[in-house]
Amino acid sequence: MTGAEAVVRSLLNEGTEILFGYPGGAIMPVYDALYSFQKELHHVLARHEQGAVHAAQGYARVTGRVGVAIVTSGPGATNAVTGIADAMMDSTPLVIISGQVGSALLGSDAFQETDVVGVTQPITKWNFQVKKAEDIPYAIARAFYIARSGRPGPVLIDITKDAQFASFDYHYEPVRFIRSYRPTPKVEPEQIKAAARLINFARKPLALVGQGVILGNAEQELLDFLKKSGVPAAWTLLGLSAMPSDHPQNVGMLGMHGNYGPNIKTNDADLIIAIGMRFDDRVTGDLKNYATNAKVVHLEIDEAEINKNVHADVPVLGDVKQTLPLLTETISQGDHSAWMEEFRACDRIEHERIIREELAPSKKGMTMGEVIHKASKAFNDDAIMVTDVGQHQMMASRYFRFKQTRSVVTSGGLGTMGFGLPAAMGAKLGAPQRQVCLFVGDGGFQMTIQELGTIFQSKIPVKIVLLNNNFLGMVRQWQELFFDSRYASTELINPDFQTIAKGYHIETVKVTEREELDQAIAKMVAHEGAYLLEVVVEKEGNVFPMVPAGASVSDIRLE
Amino acid sequence: MMQQEFTLSIFSENHVGLLNQITTVFTRRNLNIESLVTSESAIAGIHKFTIVVFSSREEIEKVARQIEKRIDVIKAFVLTEDEIIHQEIALYKVPTRTLLNGNEIEKLVRQYGARILEITEEYTVIEKTGHHKETQELFDKMDQYGVVQFTRSGRIAVTKAKAELLDNYLRKAELDKQELN
Repeated sequence: MTGAEAVVRSLLNEGTEILFGYPGGAIMPVYDALYSFQKELHHVLARHEQGAVHAAQGYARVTGRVGVAIVTSGPGATNAVTGIADAMMDSTPLVIISGQVGSALLGSDAFQETDVVGVTQPITKWNFQVKKAEDIPYAIARAFYIARSGRPGPVLIDITKDAQFASFDYHYEPVRFIRSYRPTPKVEPEQIKAAARLINFARKPLALVGQGVILGNAEQELLDFLKKSGVPAAWTLLGLSAMPSDHPQNVGMLGMHGNYGPNIKTNDADLIIAIGMRFDDRVTGDLKNYATNAKVVHLEIDEAEINKNVHADVPVLGDVKQTLPLLTETISQGDHSAWMEEFRACDRIEHERIIREELAPSKKGMTMGEVIHKASKAFNDDAIMVTDVGQHQMMASRYFRFKQTRSVVTSGGLGTMGFGLPAAMGAKLGAPQRQVCLFVGDGGFQMTIQELGTIFQSKIPVKIVLLNNNFLGMVRQWQELFFDSRYASTELINPDFQTIAKGYHIETVKVTEREELDQAIAKMVAHEGAYLLEVVVEKEGNVFPMVPAGASVSDIRLE
Repeated sequence: MMQQEFTLSIFSENHVGLLNQITTVFTRRNLNIESLVTSESAIAGIHKFTIVVFSSREEIEKVARQIEKRIDVIKAFVLTEDEIIHQEIALYKVPTRTLLNGNEIEKLVRQYGARILEITEEYTVIEKTGHHKETQELFDKMDQYGVVQFTRSGRIAVTKAKAELLDNYLRKAELDKQELN
């Protein structure tokens, strides 16, 4: 068969059911092969390669499977770069297939030629250029193995046009071992014992729950650990929904705009138990004043993360799916109710000073918090929350309630504006039986607004809540707090989003008054297809609490 | 942070693009590579990179772990000077008439255990192997008489340890593979 058909067959061999992409000259042979496999492999045509990659990310995040995107050479590949970098930062398993000019033209600045392997080397787990058709099956098998194993990440395979046209004898074998790659470190019983000892003796332990729990499918193991240890647990942005929002030991979100308790109590803790998280700077603030009184136990699959930012007194290398139950077995039953109560006291302060006014404002303008809170109640318990990036993202993470795992799709490490809309598409296609609620700001919405076309053409029923304050909100907040309210280039003169949505044949409504909100949300949820609910929120709302950049988590501001 | 000289001994599969993948880890952290040598290792299909860099122990450990994250990198060993036997080669090109004009250069060659590699009417090429300090010293002394061209290779090194570090690692990897099947 041809290389192009081999690509399709290899994808099918790896269990691919959906892929996202955009055709072009250098990838046409593969698209021609796809045409014969429309029943087996569903291709979703995006409107921009960035949208295709973000959609693949959304799909991967809710299913746990490898997201697949296919783009052409040159500008197609460079358009995919942002999404690939985003997947790298957030450890999302992706396989990107890019077309490339014929191998005879390589290095000659040919039409739509780019050194995509060179460009994406720092932002992929692995990449490879295929110039011979017979290399295709092995390259794809290797790509899938690398993308999904150990700490997941994006992989790019660049296939020259002549390799797609050439014929060869196809034989597929999945890759299960690479000599130079150890995806999951072996568990060391000594580390488990040492960690258990520290946990048993801790008087103020705090567990930090990250995406590792979700990536490792270790949600039940986490619950068992929490039950036995009695330890209060805070989650990171990417750890959201790893446990239910209302778990009795859930003390809230870490990070720059997280909850008051977890941040301010970090330097009171005598033991930090980091579970599948990487001590990102948004979580730690000033490292010199982070966890100053605590020993650190770090459960982590990626050896390079140990001691990268925070010194680990006891690293526990391995997949948390394996290490958590071993730890649970080894520790003694614990009870930290008095220590937990300190967090609840902080919750009460936060509720008085911030949350009450945000969720039930006395002022005229609607707040993002109140809209999100109402929306959260209107959706099912298993709804998936997708966000773009900015103030609304922080508000949504704070105020949306989660009962089930894999309920959050958001761009954490890279913070890519424009992520939300395409990611929501991918999420819905990955979990068609779950409702998908997207929160997006007027800034981010316009970065990938063209994907409304994909939503229309592919009939993807996502519910979009556009929180419109006519500002680049998060930047404006920083300008207000740190730059004397000099609003340099943050005011957005926006188009009529209603007309745009109608142009894309998407049902839509605009809400400007609080009284209209409940009914509009109910209509959106009940509507069969895609829906855009535009809510005009107060122009200069701010997200609090906040740990200013470079400050210590103890210096978290309530206003 | 105490700055110290480290020699990294990195083994990888012999694939295109590895050098770039390894050096970008240094570039990202603004670490200057003092010397870099790459060639086939003793094991077929496995390539060896020997990189000398000044850094702190804390930072170089992070660098080594990040280099090992690259799929085709097998292992990165961090070594200090006292853990290795190392050598480099330097070539010095001097005009032959300066050689014939007196016996200073001949004395230097004898003193430093260097050897004459090539003599033509125009120029003579002298070769010396040794440590960086030694080759530098010879250059400084010879340059008084005029060195026309000078070049030094990077550092190559073997460890003082009894067992070959990489062999142990590969053996364990082979066992892991068998365990899978």
